[in-house]
Amino acid sequence: MMSCIDTIQAYGLRSIGLGERLLPRSDFTLCDQFVLIGSGMIWNLYFGLGALLLGFWASIGVALMRHSEAWWIRKPADWFVFVFRGSPLFIQFFLFYALFTQLPREGVPINLGFVEFTADTSWLTRAWGGALITLFLNTTAYTGEIFLGALRSVPKGDLEAADAYGFSGWQKFRRITFPTMLRLGWPAYTNEAIFLFHATTLVYFSSFPARQQKGDALYYADYFASKTFNPFIPYPILAMYFIALTLTVVLVYGVAYRRLTRHLPSNRKPRLKIRPQVVR
Amino acid sequence: MFDFCTDPDLLEGSRWLACYLTTPKHMMFYQSFGVVIALLLVTAPIALFVGFLGALATRSHVAPLRWLGLGYSSIVRGVPDIAFFLFVPLALDQLLEWLRHEVKCPDWDEPIRQGNDFVVCAAAKLPLGSAPQIWHELYGITLAIVAFAFVFGAFASHVLSGAMNAVPRAQLETAEAYGMTRGQVTRRILVPQMWAYALPGLSNLWMILIKATPLLFLLGVEDIVYWARELGGSKTSAYSYPHPDWRLWYFTALLVFYLLMTKLSELAFARLERRFARGQATASGMRQARGGKGGPGAGGSKGATA
Repeated sequence: MMSCIDTIQAYGLRSIGLGERLLPRSDFTLCDQFVLIGSGMIWNLYFGLGALLLGFWASIGVALMRHSEAWWIRKPADWFVFVFRGSPLFIQFFLFYALFTQLPREGVPINLGFVEFTADTSWLTRAWGGALITLFLNTTAYTGEIFLGALRSVPKGDLEAADAYGFSGWQKFRRITFPTMLRLGWPAYTNEAIFLFHATTLVYFSSFPARQQKGDALYYADYFASKTFNPFIPYPILAMYFIALTLTVVLVYGVAYRRLTRHLPSNRKPRLKIRPQVVR
Repeated sequence: MFDFCTDPDLLEGSRWLACYLTTPKHMMFYQSFGVVIALLLVTAPIALFVGFLGALATRSHVAPLRWLGLGYSSIVRGVPDIAFFLFVPLALDQLLEWLRHEVKCPDWDEPIRQGNDFVVCAAAKLPLGSAPQIWHELYGITLAIVAFAFVFGAFASHVLSGAMNAVPRAQLETAEAYGMTRGQVTRRILVPQMWAYALPGLSNLWMILIKATPLLFLLGVEDIVYWARELGGSKTSAYSYPHPDWRLWYFTALLVFYLLMTKLSELAFARLERRFARGQATASGMRQARGGKGGPGAGGSKGATA
């Protein structure tokens, strides 16, 4: 019988392969469940933050492409968003996993004319690489749609004022269009971030295997539920962690939102609202 | 299927493909698309009904009922729904078995939870151990439907209560002034009017529901994902139709299926939205009344937003 401190030392970082190798097999204490499921949250944070960070920049590019006048720039972005928003993330995981496992094991030779090297592909079949790429593409499509809507509703007056001040090109985008777009899209983007974190629980339940039982929070919750045959303890613990995570996201994005809207009179500030966009 | 399919080893090219795509297992694969659509059609009304009750509960004058409604929709929305898909069927199964156990075996003196096991008497098992296979499958699908209805009911409840709040207050007050009771106001004014406001949210929800159907696979139902994995995996020459790993193609087919489903639904909802906007005190309703054909997205006269 270990004390809870011991359990934290043994299993606190279990999900990334540090500490005790064998998972507890019997006599599960409440502490075991709290610590292991919490340890799994490391992966949810990693996938969520990674995809958000990469997806933020890519989605601005996608929104700008879709806003373009030239059809050959607009169409590819339109199709990208249509495919990733119109199909379930679950299927996307399967598809990408099947695609990545088809790549040759020894890597893909790439010849750039002056230099020849072999691109290593094995990391793509691992969850940390392949699932992150899938989530990144998925959130890019959803966020791109949000930012496109925001881009389209940038007030005409703001743009004319920018012209009047002699702003043009990059300067106009950097100082006027971009901040306004961000401010208008921010409430919807907050929702996207919340449900992206929820979507990270799909990773180990689709096709990406959890090697050496290094899984995310839901993986461990499911482990306990199937071992103890009692779903009433691990899932509420998981729920607590996720509610805390959701509140943190709302808090952080709220701070950013207050900064984005700091110049507006207080009665004109739209409020942040959480709207559903669950499974994708 | 075709009469030239008797010996698969002799087939070539398109004939081989025609025979391959019509094997009995592929027929089951095609049927599972029907299962997905059937599940959608069964689940959507149930979830809508649950959501309707939830939305009414959040407007109730009885405080505990209101808390229940609010708590239900906020907790489900705060937690990854896949957790509920794993939790609800297991929890519901144990609850039902425990209830049956209490009724059918009152003189059982051992505890239900023995260490890591959940033990009920044989007569309380659901479905009974002796029941035919089909009952086990139906029971599994029913639990899955309940799980879907539970999760999507919470989302529908959120959408509908928002829509109920969007119905102009003056309309309800007018009804009250005519002497209608609370129930009458709800039935005659609130409910018929709220759909126009609820439709954008509900169409979003329907899309989400479509995209949630592959999760059936996690619940052990033999759905399209199950068959795509089963049929797509590489087959050695021990099989009649050997082929390498084709899962990529099967999943691409599923992707196209879902894209078609969402695209068609989008078109259908756009029509429905125009239909529901008729006679409403909203921008697109006014536009229709003025004789313009347009609804949302259909252009119409500019500046008709007053």
